[in-house]
Amino acid sequence: MKERVAKLRKESLETVPSISLERARLVTEAYKMYEGKVSVPVLRALTFKYLMENKTICINEGELIVGERGPSPQATPTYPELCCHSLEDMEVMHSRETISFFVNEEAKKIQEEVIIPHWKGKSMRDLLLNSMTDQWKDCYAAGIFTEFMEQRSPGHTVADDKIYQKGLIDLMQDIVKSIKGLDFFNDTYAYEKQEELNAMLICADAVLTFARRHAEKAAEMAELETDPIRKKELEEIAEICERVPARKPTTFREALQMYWFIHLGVITELNTWDSFCPGKLDQHLYPFYKADMAQGILSPEGAKELLQCFWVKFNNQPAPPKVGITLEESGTYTDFCNINIGGLKPDGTDGVNELSYMLLEIINEMRILQPSTNIQVSRKNPDKFIQKASEVIRKGLGQPSVFNTDAVIEELLRQGKSIEDARCGGISGCVETGAFGKEAYILTGYFNLVKVLEITLYNGMDPRTGKLIGIQTGNPRYFTSFEQLMDAFKEQLKHFIDIKIQGNNIIEKLYALHMPSPFLSIIISDCIEKGKDYHDGGARYNTNYIQGVGIGSITDSLSAFKYHVFEEKTLTMDELFTALEDDFKGNEKIRQLLLNLTPKYGNDNDYADNIMQTVFDAFYAEVNGRKNMKGGVYRINMLPTTCHVYFGSVIGATPDGRKNGDVLSEGISPVQGADRKGPTAVIKSAAKMDHLRTGGTLLNQKFTPQVLEGNEGLIKLTHLIRSYFKLDGHHIQFNVISAETLRNAQAEPEKYRDLIVRVAGYSDYFRNLNKKLQDEIIARTEHDSM
Amino acid sequence: MASGIIFNIQRYSIHDGPGIRTTVFLKGCPLNCWWCHNPESQNIHQEIVFWPDRCLNCGDCLKACAKKALTIRNDAFFTDKSKCELCASCVKACFTEARELIGKQISTEEAMEEIKKDIIFYDQSGGGVTFSGGEPLMQGRFLQELLLACQKEYIHTTVDTSGYAPWEVLKGISKLTNLFLYDIKLIDERKHIKFTGVSNRLVLDNLQRLTEEKMKIIIRVPIIPHINDDADNILQTGRLMQSLGLKEINLLPYHGTAASKYERRAETYPLKNQGTPSEDKMQDISSLLTDLGLNVKVGG
Repeated sequence: MKERVAKLRKESLETVPSISLERARLVTEAYKMYEGKVSVPVLRALTFKYLMENKTICINEGELIVGERGPSPQATPTYPELCCHSLEDMEVMHSRETISFFVNEEAKKIQEEVIIPHWKGKSMRDLLLNSMTDQWKDCYAAGIFTEFMEQRSPGHTVADDKIYQKGLIDLMQDIVKSIKGLDFFNDTYAYEKQEELNAMLICADAVLTFARRHAEKAAEMAELETDPIRKKELEEIAEICERVPARKPTTFREALQMYWFIHLGVITELNTWDSFCPGKLDQHLYPFYKADMAQGILSPEGAKELLQCFWVKFNNQPAPPKVGITLEESGTYTDFCNINIGGLKPDGTDGVNELSYMLLEIINEMRILQPSTNIQVSRKNPDKFIQKASEVIRKGLGQPSVFNTDAVIEELLRQGKSIEDARCGGISGCVETGAFGKEAYILTGYFNLVKVLEITLYNGMDPRTGKLIGIQTGNPRYFTSFEQLMDAFKEQLKHFIDIKIQGNNIIEKLYALHMPSPFLSIIISDCIEKGKDYHDGGARYNTNYIQGVGIGSITDSLSAFKYHVFEEKTLTMDELFTALEDDFKGNEKIRQLLLNLTPKYGNDNDYADNIMQTVFDAFYAEVNGRKNMKGGVYRINMLPTTCHVYFGSVIGATPDGRKNGDVLSEGISPVQGADRKGPTAVIKSAAKMDHLRTGGTLLNQKFTPQVLEGNEGLIKLTHLIRSYFKLDGHHIQFNVISAETLRNAQAEPEKYRDLIVRVAGYSDYFRNLNKKLQDEIIARTEHDSM
Repeated sequence: MASGIIFNIQRYSIHDGPGIRTTVFLKGCPLNCWWCHNPESQNIHQEIVFWPDRCLNCGDCLKACAKKALTIRNDAFFTDKSKCELCASCVKACFTEARELIGKQISTEEAMEEIKKDIIFYDQSGGGVTFSGGEPLMQGRFLQELLLACQKEYIHTTVDTSGYAPWEVLKGISKLTNLFLYDIKLIDERKHIKFTGVSNRLVLDNLQRLTEEKMKIIIRVPIIPHINDDADNILQTGRLMQSLGLKEINLLPYHGTAASKYERRAETYPLKNQGTPSEDKMQDISSLLTDLGLNVKVGG
């Protein structure tokens, strides 16, 4: 690693994340100037323009790719139009043990005197919660589901290759063309389209201003610079910022800077969940790399240095501060920018290139939290690619995760995407399938499958509060068959999914009406052509997701009922209920029976795996194909981020032997410790789920480093991955670390500050996880083959 | 259809032959090696072991024992083996799995059902099934049927053996076996008798015959400090391999993980205080063998 990169990396790692109120202040000023005077899209655009014109320009010493979201690295803005933090929130952010942000007195003062007076009661969060029914609020409070748009805006999307083929000036011409085509005589939406398109124009122009300001700043700095080398670099930066993003990039370096300006635009306009992402970076950059190499203006070392500078930029932008349930479901600084490496080209041929391997080296050398990375593995990709990635995985960095690109494409095709759009797609966030640059695929919230079972067991009542939040499907103590229990569960499931989707459909409209994102809309096909916002169905494809959590826990719980109560009759309903209500106190024997002598998911045992399929099918049938408000449909995926911890905390003891408040199983992984037959059995069980009907599943496997030792270890890991993918598995990730190391890290966190582990769909610093999550990761089965 | 007694079927077995494998451990062994790390494999009959850490002292096992073979003596469980009929009622009564029945009578069909579960991994990795033990040749007919069944399913087969069996048994399975993992523990016959309980003549004769049949063989040598890790034994082993035209040798360094297994069986472990061979030692042994032109691999 070059000295420059080492320095930038160190600064990024050592700078404490802090809150910057610059954005909040500028947004408030803009709203005071424009609100009520212009249409909402134009208001948003003018606000964005005001930000781009006035925010601090920051060029860090030694860097080659420039631009920060905040006034300096790790200085994190807030988005009061989405969520107006109370002073108490600011205190909590400042002082909480993990995922904290330094808040200085001045920031608190601005929040109190400027931000809160303007935004209190007016933010999207207030609007959203005021628009929800009491029923929805009860379910939200009970932990049946979470709500992604409560503090962040919809934005699950990724860049495709259009920004490398068109500059913003080209895109502005497209927008003008679309405006010229408006038909005010026949099109009842011509006005709305005009306002949206005008807003897009303002936004594109605003980013040009933003880039120009960087060019000016770099030129100023160059004049003052005494070191001739740095002087030249600054002059180059100035030249590059004059060219991109106005025009399409012509060199490798310009391509990186182009992307970065677009990225900053998206994450400054709104706090999108997830943050933006360059998607298939190796493929997008490869033509520039080849051309520059042929011209002799770039060396592999030079390309690597630029990419490493680029890497640091991501790490400088922590996910904006979250509070409450949103923090619980996603307790991390990472903002889920997940770079896709490898996979297929648009024509369906092997997409792995030299840069794919270079990116793997960079992950290994950089060892920083952001960006996240994954490899896209097709049957057409060489084994070498997986083995090179496995070498990095083996280091225990928790990166990259591994995806089945052939399955991803099949999932997209099933959803009706064209074959080219499917091949240009990939995954983002944790494991979510999407057509890059062409789809709004909005994750709307996690759904607590196990809580729905608990409510079923109490005939519609939440045992924690005594409130009747479900429907009365009968007292299970009098059920005489397993089918009766399943039928009751399915009825409750429908009830709660109805509530969730009804709420979602209102929230979707709220965003379309009050919080459009005209800048993001410029770069997502076909918003310009349609004259419609990304939040209002402008994208070519529009999908909403609900993410199921706890499939392992619910499967094992239902298996206990079926096996012990209805079939083997080892337990009566009363015995089981008593044990659960007492949280197994004085009933450890029953807990051991449930833990040890019950068929469990994750062991390639059809008895349990069939129950998993039944639950999956029920969830799928209830959600898949329902309409959203953007002309698209709902689909499911199976991932938890950190929500399995929060969801577990609202559920009492369960029949899988889990105690009150303990974590649930994560993703589609078996319950922690329930899988006893090794990784092939886990893979077989997990593959019995029909992954191709989802938009992503998450399987976590923990290996101690010994299992992966030597060349042979890598080869065997490759075979394991290939086998899972032959079975249509969507994703697998590996935590390679010994339990002992983790326990040491828990005891002496200061000694393990750099320890990164795979949590669930993303990696995080072990020291930044709460104790429960740390314990859970330690407990995950270690597949150390004897 | 034949049936046999096994004590484990282990999936994702990655150190007993090529690729990802399933290892079927057959119970029963004619040898009695001091270092045996699978003591539960020696006896060809079923047996019950006890895991004290898992026990909640609930006493359900005592109540379940109709023959009153299980009692408490000096605050600890005691099994009167003369009364115990291995009915396993105590095992079934135990919810914590503190009492475990070792050994399962299983038909070829049942074994194949388990083996076939991981075919996709064998196909992908060039793996297959390994029959180990105990000594799989002790259940020759069962083994033969299993191998035949695997052949019908195009599953690669490996037999991990001490070589201590009548030649007829070995010959009966040799053509059905794709690869042998063949143990040579000691060349000196007197020492072999002392540390394994049997002479090695049969072992070495069988090895010669197998090589004459042009079978694919990997020699495996457990490295037990102070017992067979001397240069003499290593060199003699290597030279024997040279004379038979064998190239592949795996060295399996002794590890002490079996100690707790002996405790569970209320038996004493002859090598209780034995240490593992040092890395330097393993390196020295590897060099001796590499110099003889052999392909040496430490570990399976």
